[in-house]
Amino acid sequence: MRGFWGDSLFYGAGVSLLAYEVGLLLRRKFQLAVLNPLLIAAACVIGINALLGVDYPGYNAGGQYLSYLLTPATVCLAVPLYEQLSLLRKNLAAVLCGLAAGVLASMVGVLGCALAFGLDHQLYVTLLPKSITTAIGMGVSDELGGIVTITVASIVVTGILGSVIAEGVFALFRIQEPVARGLALGNASHAIGTAKAMEMGQVEGAMSSLAVAVAGLVTVVTASAFAQFL
Amino acid sequence: MSLLKQFTRILLVSFLGEVLHFLLPLPVPASVYGLILMLIFLCTGLIQVEQVRQAAGFLIEIMPVMFIPASVGLTEAWPSLKPVLGPVAATTLLTTVLVMTVTGVVTQFVIRRKKEGQ
Repeated sequence: MRGFWGDSLFYGAGVSLLAYEVGLLLRRKFQLAVLNPLLIAAACVIGINALLGVDYPGYNAGGQYLSYLLTPATVCLAVPLYEQLSLLRKNLAAVLCGLAAGVLASMVGVLGCALAFGLDHQLYVTLLPKSITTAIGMGVSDELGGIVTITVASIVVTGILGSVIAEGVFALFRIQEPVARGLALGNASHAIGTAKAMEMGQVEGAMSSLAVAVAGLVTVVTASAFAQFL
Repeated sequence: MSLLKQFTRILLVSFLGEVLHFLLPLPVPASVYGLILMLIFLCTGLIQVEQVRQAAGFLIEIMPVMFIPASVGLTEAWPSLKPVLGPVAATTLLTTVLVMTVTGVVTQFVIRRKKEGQ
């Protein structure tokens, strides 16, 4: 049977879509932020794979075709951004302040945690790019001598976690401006957060896309500077 | 414009992003180059927004699905993650809340201060 799963091109993508449908259904039914469709889908797929004895390469033989769409989808984020350009121009100062503060908070936050938890240099640089989109984060971690698999794990968890807690954080700190919400999601939780921001609205989605691109690019530079500090 | 033509434009811009990624020695992925290129093309009118809107809307809507394989892949990272799980999990949790709060609060503060000034 193992050989079959490894050869199946449609199991991985099919089971992922089915699990996502379950996730959407559960969220519609219970309206809880914890019931993030991506989180549910990933948990379901892990469970089903374990049940059927499918290993990750076997699953990913089909699953990779979903990941394949990520680059064109990211390119498409330019469309909502383009449609909100006038809003961006109007709020340029706020957007720049927010983005800079967020990137700095990420670096200082990781440094603070590394000092508090006694992390070594390698683990510290592994976690520095944890808030930016996977493809850039992997490159940064690799360049600084980090452990890329842990970076990717932390990036994915950051993305899902941010999407789950966003509504709670926004309520707690009374963040109501759509521009601020979008930037916060994109800055903290990269493209996964952007998917969540898109659900909140066009403005949120556009600002989140902007944050993913800008925070990603800025982090390339700031992370190598912050890597010297520990 | 037909969906096929819309996808053609999106995939070609993605490809141009790959070309830039290949040519420039920076750790910037093809997708981010592609995003910037698409924005430039839209701003200069080389691509009109109607020529990609529907397909773009569809791809953005199904974006969470594209992260399922990477999320499932967390199981593969488990062996290397296990010995450092505590500090890594704590750092991930704390900084995610921190970045989200700081970005949101600072942005909103500047927006509202400007509004009050007007």
